[in-house]
Amino acid sequence: MRLNSIESRLLVVLVLMIFGLSLASDQFLTLGNLTSLLNNNAVNLIWAVGLLVVLIAGGIDISFAVAASVVQYVAVFCFQALGGGNWLIGFIVCGGLGIVLGLVNAVLIHGFRIISIVITIATFNAYFGLLMFFSKGRFIYNLPDWWTDRIFIFEHQSATGTWSELNLAVAVMVVCVAATAFLIRHTNIGRQLYAFGDNPEGARRAGVNITVMQCVAFGWMGLMAGIAGLMQVNIVKEVVPNALYGRELDVLAAVVLGGARLGGGRGTVLGCILGVMFVAITQNGLNLLGVSPFAFQMIIGAAILIAISSSNVPVELKRFRWRGISPGSFRRADP
Amino acid sequence: MPPQRSIAVAAELLGTLESRMPDKPELKPLALKLGGVSKVFGGVQALNAVSFDVQEGEIHCLSGENGCGKSTLIKIVTGVYSPAPGARIEIFGRRFDVMTPNLARSLGIEVIWQDLALFPHMTVAENIAFDELVGTRPRAVWIRGIHQRAEAVLARLGVSIDLNSSLNSLPIAQRQIVAIARALMGNAKLLFMDEPTSSLSQSETSRLLEVVRTLSRQGVAVVFVSHRLAEVLEISSRVTVLRDGKLVGVFPTAGMTQARLGELMTGARFEQGMSARDRSSSPAVLEVENLGRSGEFENVNLTIRAGEVVGMTGLIGAGRTELAHALIGMTRPEAGAVRLNGKRIRLRSIRDAIREGIAYVSEDRLGLGLVLKQSIADNTVIAVLDRILGKLGLLSPQRQLNLVDHWIGRLAVKIGHADHAILTLSGGNQQRVVLAKWLATNPKLLILDSPTVGVDVGARAGIFEIVRELADQGIAILLISDEVLEVLLNSDRILHIIDGRIAGEYDPRATSAEELEQRIYA
Repeated sequence: MRLNSIESRLLVVLVLMIFGLSLASDQFLTLGNLTSLLNNNAVNLIWAVGLLVVLIAGGIDISFAVAASVVQYVAVFCFQALGGGNWLIGFIVCGGLGIVLGLVNAVLIHGFRIISIVITIATFNAYFGLLMFFSKGRFIYNLPDWWTDRIFIFEHQSATGTWSELNLAVAVMVVCVAATAFLIRHTNIGRQLYAFGDNPEGARRAGVNITVMQCVAFGWMGLMAGIAGLMQVNIVKEVVPNALYGRELDVLAAVVLGGARLGGGRGTVLGCILGVMFVAITQNGLNLLGVSPFAFQMIIGAAILIAISSSNVPVELKRFRWRGISPGSFRRADP
Repeated sequence: MPPQRSIAVAAELLGTLESRMPDKPELKPLALKLGGVSKVFGGVQALNAVSFDVQEGEIHCLSGENGCGKSTLIKIVTGVYSPAPGARIEIFGRRFDVMTPNLARSLGIEVIWQDLALFPHMTVAENIAFDELVGTRPRAVWIRGIHQRAEAVLARLGVSIDLNSSLNSLPIAQRQIVAIARALMGNAKLLFMDEPTSSLSQSETSRLLEVVRTLSRQGVAVVFVSHRLAEVLEISSRVTVLRDGKLVGVFPTAGMTQARLGELMTGARFEQGMSARDRSSSPAVLEVENLGRSGEFENVNLTIRAGEVVGMTGLIGAGRTELAHALIGMTRPEAGAVRLNGKRIRLRSIRDAIREGIAYVSEDRLGLGLVLKQSIADNTVIAVLDRILGKLGLLSPQRQLNLVDHWIGRLAVKIGHADHAILTLSGGNQQRVVLAKWLATNPKLLILDSPTVGVDVGARAGIFEIVRELADQGIAILLISDEVLEVLLNSDRILHIIDGRIAGEYDPRATSAEELEQRIYA
């Protein structure tokens, strides 16, 4: 990680924020608050790493949150047909459905050579429309027990008697994040995704299989969307058709804050984590400080503007520094 | 004096004779041997029974004007196109009937295209080793192994570049080296380089040529495509000249001159004399006094008179382009004054400059000079949209058409239709459209920044013919170029700029290209 990267800047800002909040509110730096922060943002982070892969490959996906809702609904019927199901079947069914929905995007984008934002806005509307039509907007509470039972991976009772715990979604999130990090950093597929996002024509000429790249990117996004949908039901214990509608923009904002480039070719899992944490901690901090929730939206907006525009600042600073030296310093080095 | 265009039958005859001369003292094995290669694209004969051979470890230049078939030939060797039946392709002594890109690569044939096809946000190491990563079967890769192999290749080239820096932080010259290193990772034994030096400065070019020589010593055959004839003669041992898809001949570079090579390429004789005239009695159009901008240029004094072509040369980065940018209001000078026709002007934007009658043809034609996806007509009128308005202040298609027809005709731009995309034109014709765009603004002062970058020999002469005509009509012209000969032949006075200062003024009639080059590259 370089010192002037977006990731390191975001880390500095985060540390300052945590420091400030821990002074301003005595509830912030408690185990209870930190674990609930993780519990509440596990689903977002699973989506975020999925979206990161799509952004790296030069695409964008608007449809993933609604796709997760579709997965939840279809999964309910699948589990009924399979006689109840269990966690293993849950992961296979939701992951598989997610991949299918992701591949629909990939096939449309690649097959018709239409940019991803247009296709995914279309599938976003189509998925949501179909979902509302067939579900008639009904909530589903009658879910298999295994799906809605809380599973804690960490429990702690403080001296005052309050419980703090981490639930299963956090563990799943850790696995998803680690798997994504391995995929994009340490596999040939991941490096080809970066290359494809960076210079599609160059990648094509180097023999990168573009079809496979699009399918991997959107398939991975779909897999993450499906898993996030599964875990979200575990947290809220109900399936609501429009519960996830609108979450896509929050996740997109967090990922972009974390340094992923909308043009493709740049973005890290660390940045993604920091971006989601920044959004989460801002919201949490403002809650604790009793600030209006509308301020939160403003701050996220401002943060995106500052983060993105400040990434252009160092170049300018360098130019100013150069002006102080003789004109010769502009010349490229001679042998 | 316009160049005398005449089909030099004698040159042609001589060419065929030379190619037949059995002057191969050392017969090295051939890396590549082509015979009877033809290719037709929709009725156009791109290549006509061309033969071509390259010895192992040889540096061989492939020359010809744009559209002569060089790229088609490269694409046939690398399997991108398949030739018409009857072609013989032998690579390292093996005969191939069908060539595919993958087969060519596995035989050690690599091409470095002009646009490099690298990945700007990836690291140097990853760019060099990228071909190792390609493939759809998933496998783990570890950066350390990639680093070691990339380092070894760079060591072989005798250069060191930080492997961890991202490619877009490097200057173009180093990216070029990265592209070469990447080709070597694929164990290239026959390397095609398409215009590798077109955007490099003189010192960068000589370093690149040194790398090419290193490769040649290691037994890698290099086929070098370049428009810069001096370079062609300096680097290669033999040159193959193509014209209109036909082989003109294969010539040893020893004893070859630039003028002769230009003749062979164009089939016409260019006897461009020096065009310098004395314009000291004409009224001054541009007067610059003590102009300065810290870090870019200082104490610049110059005068350009009506009808005068003032050449400005110097190393890339000496402040030539920066000065031009200040003269057109793109940046603001911090000291000094600029007068146009005796009136002091202070420009705040390029629009101000256009209004005052200053036009600037940028050195970066593709990036800044043209809107590549728009039509020829739209590119021609883009700077004068406010002058072709009709009723209600809306754009008048008729006035646009008149303007486009006028300038296309005057500058003799060869186009199919004015509605076609500018991309369909050759470099020379694109540059004419850029000129047309600026001439449409009725400039008093025309600044030409490296106007012949990527323009081939024949078309260059045509562009300078236009430049002289414009000067004769009284336009003051500042010609910025790092091609010394070009400045010498086409200017009335020459200014030499070093580190942002004007270090000398020369009369082209009282100096020579060699003398000037010595001063500039000293």
